[in-house]
Formats: sequence, C-alpha cells, structure tokens
Amino acid sequence: MADSYDVIVVGGGPGGYVCAIRCAQLGLKTAVVERDRMGGICLNWGCIPTKALLRSSEIWHLMHRLDEYGFSADNFKFDIEKIVKRSRAVSKQLSDGVSFLMKKHKITVILGEAKLAGKGKLSVTKDSKAIDYTAKNIVLATGARARTMPGLEPDGKLIWTYREAMVPTMFPKSLLVVGSGAIGIEFASFYRTLGAEVTVVEILDRVMPVEDEEISAMAAKAFTKQGMKLKLGTQVTALKKGTDNVTCSLKDKAGKTEDITVDRVILAMGIVGNVENIGLEAAGIKVDRTHIVAGKYGETGVDGVWAIGDLVGGPWLAHKAMHEGVIVAEKIAGVKGVHPLNTANVAGCTYCWPQVASVGMTEAKAKETGRKIKVGKFPFIGNGKAIALGEVEGMIKTVFDATTGELLGAHMIGAEVTELIQGYVIAKTGELTDAELSHTIFPHPTLSEMMHEAVLAADGAALHI
Amino acid sequence: MATNILMPALSPTMEEGKLAKWLVKEGDIVKSGTILAEIETDKATMEFEAVDEGKIGKILVAEGSEGVKVNSPIAVLLEEGESADAAPAVKKDIPAAMKDIGDAVKKEVAPKVDAAKAAPAAAPAAKADGGRVFASPLAKRIAADKGIDLSGVSGTGPRGRIVKSDVENAKPGAARPAAAAPASAGGGGIPGVAPLPDARLLYPAGSYEETPHDNMRKAIAKRLTSAKTLIPHYYLTVDCNLDALMAVREKMNAAAPKGKDKVPAYKLSVNDFIMKASAMALMKHPDVNASWTDTAILRHKDADVGVAVALDFGLITPIIFKAQTKGLVEISNEVKTLAGLAKEKKLKPNQYEGGGFSVSNLGMYGIKNFTSIINPPQSCIIAVGAGEERPVVKNGKIEISTVMTVTMSADHRVVDGGTGAKFLQTLKQFIEEPASMLL
Repeated sequence: MADSYDVIVVGGGPGGYVCAIRCAQLGLKTAVVERDRMGGICLNWGCIPTKALLRSSEIWHLMHRLDEYGFSADNFKFDIEKIVKRSRAVSKQLSDGVSFLMKKHKITVILGEAKLAGKGKLSVTKDSKAIDYTAKNIVLATGARARTMPGLEPDGKLIWTYREAMVPTMFPKSLLVVGSGAIGIEFASFYRTLGAEVTVVEILDRVMPVEDEEISAMAAKAFTKQGMKLKLGTQVTALKKGTDNVTCSLKDKAGKTEDITVDRVILAMGIVGNVENIGLEAAGIKVDRTHIVAGKYGETGVDGVWAIGDLVGGPWLAHKAMHEGVIVAEKIAGVKGVHPLNTANVAGCTYCWPQVASVGMTEAKAKETGRKIKVGKFPFIGNGKAIALGEVEGMIKTVFDATTGELLGAHMIGAEVTELIQGYVIAKTGELTDAELSHTIFPHPTLSEMMHEAVLAADGAALHI
Repeated sequence: MATNILMPALSPTMEEGKLAKWLVKEGDIVKSGTILAEIETDKATMEFEAVDEGKIGKILVAEGSEGVKVNSPIAVLLEEGESADAAPAVKKDIPAAMKDIGDAVKKEVAPKVDAAKAAPAAAPAAKADGGRVFASPLAKRIAADKGIDLSGVSGTGPRGRIVKSDVENAKPGAARPAAAAPASAGGGGIPGVAPLPDARLLYPAGSYEETPHDNMRKAIAKRLTSAKTLIPHYYLTVDCNLDALMAVREKMNAAAPKGKDKVPAYKLSVNDFIMKASAMALMKHPDVNASWTDTAILRHKDADVGVAVALDFGLITPIIFKAQTKGLVEISNEVKTLAGLAKEKKLKPNQYEGGGFSVSNLGMYGIKNFTSIINPPQSCIIAVGAGEERPVVKNGKIEISTVMTVTMSADHRVVDGGTGAKFLQTLKQFIEEPASMLL
C-alpha cells in the first residue's frame, strides 16, 4: 500500500504549488504530483521566462536611444543564444526555488502523471509503472496548453507555439503571429523590438480585444509606429510550409485574400485546459469544452476532488490560479470565512512595449450595465516622472459608477503600468470609492501620480492637465 | 516551578462554569492527557485534561463550585521535588500557564486551523459595546444612499467587514436584529449614541443601597430596551363605558355556584372581560394579531392573549392560548393559575413565549391612563386604566357612568393607524356591550 495523504495536488504550477504550501501551512499532510518541472508553465514556459526575454528586448530598445540619454556607443549587437540562455537560467532558478519551498514545507513531490482512480485514490504513472496513492482530498491543477486549430497545427520547427518561440535557436527575420492576446503580443513585441519583421493577425477588429477599446487603439498605434504590421479582422486560412519558411494565406472580413511568406509562425490563439487522461469522465466530473466546471470554491461536484487554475474557468492567469489554490486549501482545512474569488478584482498584465494592464470593466462594459458612469483619463505626457524617464507614451483611464463612486475598472498603457495596476486592485478589493482615492496622497515624483490624476479627472479635477 | 492550573474555556463563548468533580487529589502525579476534572457549562459536561506533567500540589477550588471564572486558578501543579508551600509564589506564573491552557483549548476547539488568522464567518456588524461598524467605504456610501442602518447589517467580507454585496442585499431601514441590540443597561451600542453614564458616578458612595441584577431584571432591561428602541411605537387611546359590563359581571358573579366551603366557583374580574373582548376583536382584525419579520408579516390564526402579571421581583406576561375558544370562566381561572405559577417562578417558557397580543392592566392601582411597551414578537399591547365614575355627556345631558381608558401601543411596521383604530373600535364595542360577544 502506497502512502496516504490529507491532500494530493495534481500539477506543480503556480496554482498547484501554492495550494500545496497553504495546505502544509494549515497542518495537512500534502503531496504534489508533477510530470515535468516544479513551477509549471508559468515558471518554466510562460510568465517568467518571457519576462526575462522582454527585459533583454527592452535594453536593446534603450540602446537605440543612448544618444537621447547622453551616451554614445556603436557596433552593439545581440546574441539570441545568450538571451535565451539567460531566460532559461531565470526559469531554472525559480523552479529550483519552488522545489526548495516544497522541501521547506515538507511537501512530498511525486514525479509522474496522475489519474483519478476511484474515491480518494490517485494512480501516478512514471516510466510505465503505476503507483496508487490515497488522499482525503485531491486538487486538480493540471493547467492548460496552447489552442490549435485544423490547418493551424504547430510543428515545432517552422510553426511554433509559445514553447518554441521562447527558445529560438535562430533569430527569424520575419514572423507571423496568430492572435493578439497577451501571449501573441508579448512575442510580437519581443521579436519586433529585436528587429524582426512582425505581422500580427487578429480575427477580431482590434488588438488585445479583452482590453478597453481606447487602450486597444493606443496600443495599435504604438505597435504600428514601431513597424509592426497589424492585420485586424483577418484570419489565417492556410499555412504552407516551405523548406525554411511558411506561406500564410490570410482572408479579411471583406473576403480579400493575401499570401504572406515568413520565416516562422507563432500560434497564440488562446489555450485549452488539460482535461485529458486524468480520469475526469470515470469520476463523473463535468467538463465544459476543455475546462472543468467548478464551484466558487473549486468544488468539482465529486466529494474530495477540487479543481483550480487554468483547468477551470478564466481568467487564465497565474495569480488567479494561486489565489484559487489558497481558497481550496483553506476550504479543505475548514478555515472559517473563506471568500470566493471575485474575477472583477483580478488584474491582467501584458508586458509588451508599451505595457498594458487593466482590472475590472472596460468603459463599454460599464455602459452596457446601464448605470451612470464617469470616466477619468490622464496621459503620460502630463507626468513629471514619465518625462524624466523619457517614457511619454501612454495613458491611465478610470471608470467609476457615478452614483456610488465605485471603481468599476481601470485601464493603463505605458511604461511600468504592470507594476502600477495593483494600486487600483487594492482599491477595488477594499471597495474604496473615488472619494478615498481622491484623498490619497501619492508620492511625487512617481508614475503613480497619474493614477491619482486619472481619478481626479473623472470629476474634471485633474491638476496637471 | 509551580504553576497554576486554570479554569479552562471549553467553548469559545464560555465565561464561567461549574467545577463538577475532581478526578485527581492533592499529591497525585499527573502527566499530559490525565483527566483532571469534569467541568460543567450551561450546555454540557466535559473532561479537562492536564497539559503538563507534575504533582497536584493544592486544589484551590472545591468540587461542586459553581460560577468558576475561566482562567481563574483551580489547582497548583508542582514540579518534581517541589512542596505545596511553593504555592504562594505561584502568582507570577499565571500568564504562562494561561497561555498553555489557552493553546490546549485552541487545539481542542479548532483542530488544524490557524485560529488567530481564521476570520469569523459573519461577525455582528456592531460590537455589543457600541464599537465601530466595520464596513468598506463603498458599502457605507451605498448604505447612506439607500437609507440602510449599517448596524443592522451583518458583514460577509474579510473578518466580518460589511461589503457592497451585504448592503445591496439589505432592505432600506433594515432593523438591527434583536441579538445585536445593546446589551448594556447603559444604553450604548447604537453608533452615534453615547452610552448613558454609570449612575454611581453621580451619587455619593453610601447614599444608596446596591442590588445586583438578577436574571429577570437583566432580561427585562435587555428586552424592553430592544423593543422600545427597535419597534416604531405609536399610541391610540379610547374611553370605554363600563356600565353594562359592570352590571353583567355583578349578575354573573352572584350566580356563581358555591362549593362546600362556600367559595364561589369563579369570580370574574373586569380584566377577564377585557381578555375575552381582546380575543374576539383579534379574530375580527387578523391584521392586528400579527408579528413582524424582516421578510414577511406573520398573521396568527389563534388569539393568544398575554396578560402582564406584576411580581415582587419583576414582571412576566403569561399567555392564554386560543382565548377565542375559551369562555369567561375558563379564562378567569387560567389567568389565576398562571399568575400563581408566575409568582412562584414556575412558569415554563411555553406558557409565556409567543402570543399575538397583550393586556396590561394597572386599573387596580387607580392609574387612569398609561402607555405600555410592546412585548415582541407581538405587535400590539393595550394599557388598561381604572374603571371610575366620570361625568359623561349623553344626549346633551351630563350623566355619571363608569368609564375606563384604554391605550393601545402598536408596531407601525405591522399595524397602520387606521387598522389599529378599527380594532380598538371593535374592542370598545365588545367591552361596552358584553352581550355582543355572544353574536
């Protein structure tokens, strides 16, 4: 008989490992099953390594502005191999860090692929050998992978997903990115900044379609200025592979077709949940398309089985998965006063250049609810710190309920906005209104002053414009 | 070092308990887990285990002692080689010992949960002492817009904080639930209302005798403060001519059969007639025979009429259930029986809880007119004054009649003015023409 646990978490990504740590903190005997490396996609193939890549491209961008800042240098170049090596080292450091955290919290890490095997049972297969474990609670956190479509299948050589795009062995001269969500735009931005000819194809009529329309428009303008080609309202109908290039057939809304030949294609058409081969059907767990239908505390409807992260409903973000991990751990431990996750308070961040970050409702969504709203905006050009940094491109926008002063949404584009958005997230989580935000003293000179001004602007009271 | 063994808290709310039985005696060696004593709370008897090992040096609280405060020393635990004489030096160690036992209790109450961090699911919004209401700025703004009193809203946010969804679901003017009503007799507990000062501060010491509250006094204070604070009272007064009632009553009492000891089988009082008349009027006006809840009005199907009984040590309102089905004699005898039980403190809760209406009569003291405080969950109470001879104008002439003044206190949430007035009209009619009750 194999070991038995209070909780076994299936998947060592940000949702899974955080859940395991919280379980251990609450005194539960906990194990994590991971088939690859601790940290999941986020640490190994997602959030973290792409941030390392984008840091390199940011430095490259600044090097081209050396003169503006009073430097002169010439003959600088980049080495894609070194850039990738650094990115991998960052991933490894963090993945090792997670393994250390598992040890520190006395969490058993079981390597292999897990499958539900009856009530309170989990079978873990490693090298074709299966071992059964028993657990009072099983938390499924198997994550997600890139969506593919018929005719649009990655081959890992010419047609990439994020996985290959992250570890290029050569630098493509030209690139077609399918999809302008966060993943697609980050790669587009990385490769474009380093000099590749980048074309982004988006089936909807604007880039980053989940963002506020005004932010989308500003992003599109900035990307175009950088030389990125945006094909909006356009789909890829076929990919024809050559020896070292791909010919892409595009069709726009009006029915106009066009062929573009590029070195490489990156598919970023969204994600699908990893619902296969984990025994969901036999256990009677409901799956809607490729995601588990979970309750507000991660319940799957089957006693003792929980689900979190990308495997369940969106937004499919690491920080949302982590929070769900904590919720489920506390529910299992019987902690009182656990609150369900409120997706309206989950921010989204895209680390393209310029960065985009947002939380809550877009202006259009807020209007759709039928309430009276007020909107405040403030541009980077009006902020002292932004001018000193030489980052004058961008804007911060707030959307308030005009009656109650509730902050319904906040939308930002510009330098470092991914670090700023948390201020509005705290305000939303704490249910601060425009009044508290107006009365907050923001430190000068900081980019955060724009957050204050964008609040004041909603009442026509912005001071520096 | 000698440590004190402290009275444990066997539940989070326990303040004191009875030390029912010692299972160890002085000189016994105990180790962690040894059952030391049985502790009785108002709800249950539980075993109390030792957390540390040692020798019982001295038992400080004899078994059978009631009202032992939580965390007060009940015995002294000695380490090996120490003598019981170490006991006097023990006091310094109380905090350490308290912590140990506190931890043990915490483990007992909430296994595996980090008790310090675990937030209560739905803490009351206002502290009983009138402390601040924890609510998000947005919740406060919405509450102000909708006219919601936050002190009556329970919070579901972190650590019981009131958040947007709590006030969105609350109704305007939501009443503070009785449970959260001011507990202190000082009248604190309502935000913005200063508690009344302790009266002792205003009189020289020794100029008064102090009588500590007994449970009935505490209950009266708490209940009537809640009722008068939370229920929107209004008052209707009507005069009733008792000439006919007095005549009927005299005849009926004279006709009462006498037993062997020449004691009549009954002696109807004016109040018995008022009880009966109230029951009859309630059946005609079900809107008055009703109770308020936050979501609905409960209309009672029977006329369960309470009668306020003054006691030497307080007041209680036993109920004549289904009074509409009972005759005057039955009502009269039942009132006497219940009053007797009340005076001996023998009433059971099912004899005084509930009811749809109450009668409070101070006529026997010569009180002409007064107003009563509604006895929840009922909605109305009548205050009955003395029947006295008064000049009455009839057909342009002044005559003398026996007249009694009745003032009804009504809960406006349930009974509107017109409804209350119609009820009183019917009541007056039954009192003035007792024969109409036969119809």
